[in-house]
Formats: sequence, C-alpha cells, structure tokens
Amino acid sequence: MTLKIYLPLDSAAVALGADEVAAAVLAEAKARGVAVELIRNGSRGMVWLEPLAEVVTQAGRMAFGPMEPSDVAGLFGDLAKHPKALGLTEELPWMKGQTRLTFARVGVVDPLSLADYVAHGGLEGLKRAVTMTAPEMVAEVTNSGLRGRGGAGFPTGIKWKTVSEAKGDRKYIVCNADEGDSATFADRMLMEGDPLTLIEGMAIAGLACGAEKGFVYIRSEYPVAIAVMQAALDVARAGGILGDVLGSGRHFDMEVRVGAGAYVCGEETSLLNSLEGKRGIVRAKPPLPALEGFMGKPTVVNNVISLASVPVIFAKGAEFYKGFGLGRSRGTIPLQIAGNVKFGGLYEVAFGLSLGDIVDKIGGGTLTGRPVKAVQVGGPLGAYFPRSLFDTPFGYEEFAGKEGLIGHAGLTVFDDSADMLGMARFAMEFCAIESCGKCTPCRIGAVRGVETVDRIARGDAEAKPLLIDLCQTMKSGSLCALGGFTPYPVMSALTHFPDDFAAKEAAE
Amino acid sequence: MLDSASMIARVEEILDAHKGMEGALLPILHAVQAEFGHVPEAALPVIAEALVITKAEAAGVMSFYHDFREKPAGRHVLKLCRAESCKSVGADALADHARGKLGLDWHETSKDGAVTLEPIFCLGLCACGPAALVDGKLVGRLDAAKLDAIIGGLK
Repeated sequence: MTLKIYLPLDSAAVALGADEVAAAVLAEAKARGVAVELIRNGSRGMVWLEPLAEVVTQAGRMAFGPMEPSDVAGLFGDLAKHPKALGLTEELPWMKGQTRLTFARVGVVDPLSLADYVAHGGLEGLKRAVTMTAPEMVAEVTNSGLRGRGGAGFPTGIKWKTVSEAKGDRKYIVCNADEGDSATFADRMLMEGDPLTLIEGMAIAGLACGAEKGFVYIRSEYPVAIAVMQAALDVARAGGILGDVLGSGRHFDMEVRVGAGAYVCGEETSLLNSLEGKRGIVRAKPPLPALEGFMGKPTVVNNVISLASVPVIFAKGAEFYKGFGLGRSRGTIPLQIAGNVKFGGLYEVAFGLSLGDIVDKIGGGTLTGRPVKAVQVGGPLGAYFPRSLFDTPFGYEEFAGKEGLIGHAGLTVFDDSADMLGMARFAMEFCAIESCGKCTPCRIGAVRGVETVDRIARGDAEAKPLLIDLCQTMKSGSLCALGGFTPYPVMSALTHFPDDFAAKEAAE
Repeated sequence: MLDSASMIARVEEILDAHKGMEGALLPILHAVQAEFGHVPEAALPVIAEALVITKAEAAGVMSFYHDFREKPAGRHVLKLCRAESCKSVGADALADHARGKLGLDWHETSKDGAVTLEPIFCLGLCACGPAALVDGKLVGRLDAAKLDAIIGGLK
C-alpha cells in the first residue's frame, strides 16, 4: 500500500524547513522500501504548525507539526504515538472555526492537479458562467456584494460593468498580485496553493467583460508563487480553461508578469504603467483604468482575492455569498494574522468578527506572552489600533469609522515593547523610499515627515502640530494611497499612544 | 568576465525571445539581469533601440525599480526583511546584529566580494518572522544564532 503524505510547498512552510522534511520523507521511504506518494500542497494556514505534514488514513488526513527531519521516521510507524500528532486536520479548532469559500481548496488539493481541482468543486463556476450572457455575469458579481479585497473596497461588479460596456477593440483583465503590504500573504497562499481558482476567476472576468487577454502581475519577492502560477497556466491551457474557454467558442488567455521590487506598483495605475514597461509612476484619475487602462484600453484591475472569490460566487450563487458578512461588507474575508502573535496564519471567516476576538481568541495574544499594545490593520498604510478599540467589528465602513482601514485584511500584532514613535517614523521612512515621486505631498512630505518625527523625538514641542498639519496635507493632497494613507499609521500612533511621543520629550 | 561583443549577442537573443510582447521592458530587464547578474550599461542602448525608446527612458525605468542592479552583487546576497510584522518580532535588532557582524550597511558589498546586504520589504512570511532571503532561499523565524550560521556560510 502506498503511503500518501501531504507537505506544503507554501513559502512559509519552505522558510521553516519543509523542503528538508520532504527530502527526509523520500529518504526514509527509500530506506524502508516503502512506496510513498508525496504531494506538495498549499498551506492550511496554521503557520505556527509549519511545516505541517498530513498523512492520509482511513479516518481522514492526520496532521503532524511543526515537523523537523528527525520527526519523519515516526510517520512510518504508529501514527497515534507520534510526538507531533495533532489529530485529524479538519477537526482542528483553527479549521473548524472558519468559513472557507475562497480558500476552500488551499492546502487540500495538489495545486497543479486539474483532476484534484475538479474533484473539489473546481470549474463549477466557470461551467455556469459560459451558459450566461455578459450582463448576467456582471449582475451576478454585483449581486454578490463582492468588493475589492486589495484594500479600496470598490464594488467589483460596478468595475466589471464599466469595462463590459466600454468600447474597445481590445480589453484586458489585470490581476494585481503585487501584495507588498506587511502582514499580508493571502494572495501568495492562494497562488501557491490553488492557482487554478485564480485562473478560473480571471477567465470568468474575461467572459463577463469581453476581454481575451489577462495578466497576473506578481511581485518578485514571491518566487514560489511565480513558479506555481506559471506551471498552472500550462495545466489550465491543457485542460481547456484557457484558450477556447471550455469549448464555448469564447477565448481567454493570460500571462504571468513579474514586478521588480517597487511597492507603489501595488497601486493600480502604477501597476499598469509597470506592465507597459514604464516607470511605476502613478497616473492621475480620470481616466479610470476601466476605460483607459493597459495600453489605453478598457481594463479590469482586481486583486487576487477578489478574482479568486468569483468562482465560488458563480458555483453557489450570489445570494449564497451575500449571505455572509455584515453591513455593506458581504461574504468572507481571509484574515492574515501576523507579527508578534501566538497563532499566526490565514483564517477565512465572514466579515464581522471584532478585532479583539481576532487578536485574542483566534491569534491567542502575543508570541512573547506580553500584553498586546497595538495592532496595525491593513498593512503599512493602515492605522495602529489600541486595545480600547478592540470592539471594532471587521468591516470596511466599521474600520473607516475609527480612522482606520481593513486594507487587504492583514493584522500585525505588537506587544508592549513596541515603540510607536519609531513605528510612525518608519511609516514616513517607508513612504519616502517607495514614493514614485509624481506628487509633491508624498515625495517631499514623507521626507519632511521623518525629520519632523525626529524633532518630536528630540523633545521639540512645536514639531507635533507640524506633523499633524503635514499628515493632513499628505492625506488630502496626494495622488494615490501611498502618500494619502501614510498618515493613518502616523496619526493613529500619535493619537492612541501619546505617551510614546511625550516620554521622549520628558527624557530630553 | 564576458567580452562586450558576446554580451551584446546574448542581449540580442533575449530581445528576440521577447519580440511582439506587449510592455516587454521589465521582462527583458529581468532576463538580462538573470543572465549577467546585473544590467550592463552597454546593454541599455541595444534594448532601447529594439523597443524604439530612448536610452534615457530605458535607464529611467531601470533605475526606478529596486531589483535592477547597475553592478554585479557579491557572490551571496543576504536580504533581511525590514517591514512591520518582522519588526514586531525583533527584525531591527537582528538587522543591527547582521550589519555589525558583516561590517556592512544596507546595499553594501563586503570587500572580498562575498556578501551583499540588502533590505527587503516583505516576503509574505509575516506570521513566521523575522524573515530573510539568502541567495533565493527563504528563511523564517530568524534569530541571532541562525543568522550567525547563515553569515558563517557565505564565503
């Protein structure tokens, strides 16, 4: 009998030694003369347990982790007695608490097996889509309530409608996989663990909008995701997803493009310039990319998670998807719990959990065991939330109402050793390094911001109102979210953690 | 070191392979850098001519992106993540440790050409930081001991 073992190829698992464990599995099998089928899957999202091995048993997939090469021999013996045995994967509390719609197959399937994909519900959305007219498809997305998961939260259906109705000899679907925000790794995990879902979502977008060409713009910092996506395109072409889409007579194909280390290219117009082979300079809007995007043609620019949520919406219907969530935040959101946290990873759940429940109950508090001081929500451009705001429900409007944003749903937890003045300075420093340079508030403001925070650190009381004024200028005067949102971390640090700014004055 | 005629010949092969591609400049620059470890200055006019842009435009694009190098890096490249999630678990102290140990500041290469030290802003390993990229190999949960072992191996 062949022993079937799953071990992630996911970057986080690999960074924690999955390749070494994989080599040990093959060596052990050879030494024992046991036939083994080793499948490199995506991650289940429990990063603190990576590398997480799963052995297929009659009862289901049993999880073991965090694995080291020395733990491998035990996988060939009495599994129940293995010191790293965790029980059945699906029964682990982290898995049971989730509503996995977009990530249903991530960690479950072989990422590059079309048969596995179909066996787990893949292609059902696309099969339904090819029977629909373009306006019906756009309406399905609009009715689902899906909003841009990249951070801006713009209704996906409205964007598609604009492109679908726009006149153009060519149209494009561009997937923004330039996931540069710290604390975010959902795009990476999806592309590494279930790339065919993204391809299916893009194919549906292509049919709905009348686009025959798509691009996935992946940041160069994601070598594993790039390799898996490239390989998945071949699988999708051979399987009839790309090309003549499911034999419908309608065509869609796509390419992977690799970024070059510029954070600002996560901004959609900068990304389009980069795709065109230009400097990643932000474009003024209007014209909207939906009307004049890539090469001046109507273009949908959607985040990975937005597009990867489309197949399940078509498979199960807009009403099903819309049934999850709260207020105007419909469906599920893959939370990425990161930083100084005990149980870090990806947790997909309906909108609406409170920030406190996410950090304390799901995340288990800090890794160091010290009190949580702040949680930055939404990446480097997101606000720092203090414990007093932990009752904020996770939703677009709810976070905006607290001078914050959910962004791409990444959360970085900090313990009480965090220096919030230092974090405010870093936000300005990062903006200065990554500014594309087109607009003055961002280009100059970020540099002045670093200097002004330094003045506060030196005890210059006049610098504080200056910093507030500068933040207002950057927020209202910048062309894009880089300069426009850098004030969020800075102002939230200053507002919620005044002691960190005052203590330095007193120390002088 | 490659002589300039064979370098240009190789660049032309890369240009041929990208013919007809929409917005081909970044893929071309990536391919040239993958070949030579940097983008040689002499390659830029050749690339510019093939794409019907000015050399200044090509140079402007190249200089905009952090990834592209004008000069070859050291034999090994150590990239340490400096972003927020890694900071929350001690990336700053580790970075200071690395800089002290190597005697290098960011973007510098050791005198013997062994190591180039670079900052990187996020590898998507935010739940298992501090993170690093060592010659393309991902490393998570870095600590001083692991870092010392890595640095010791960079000859």
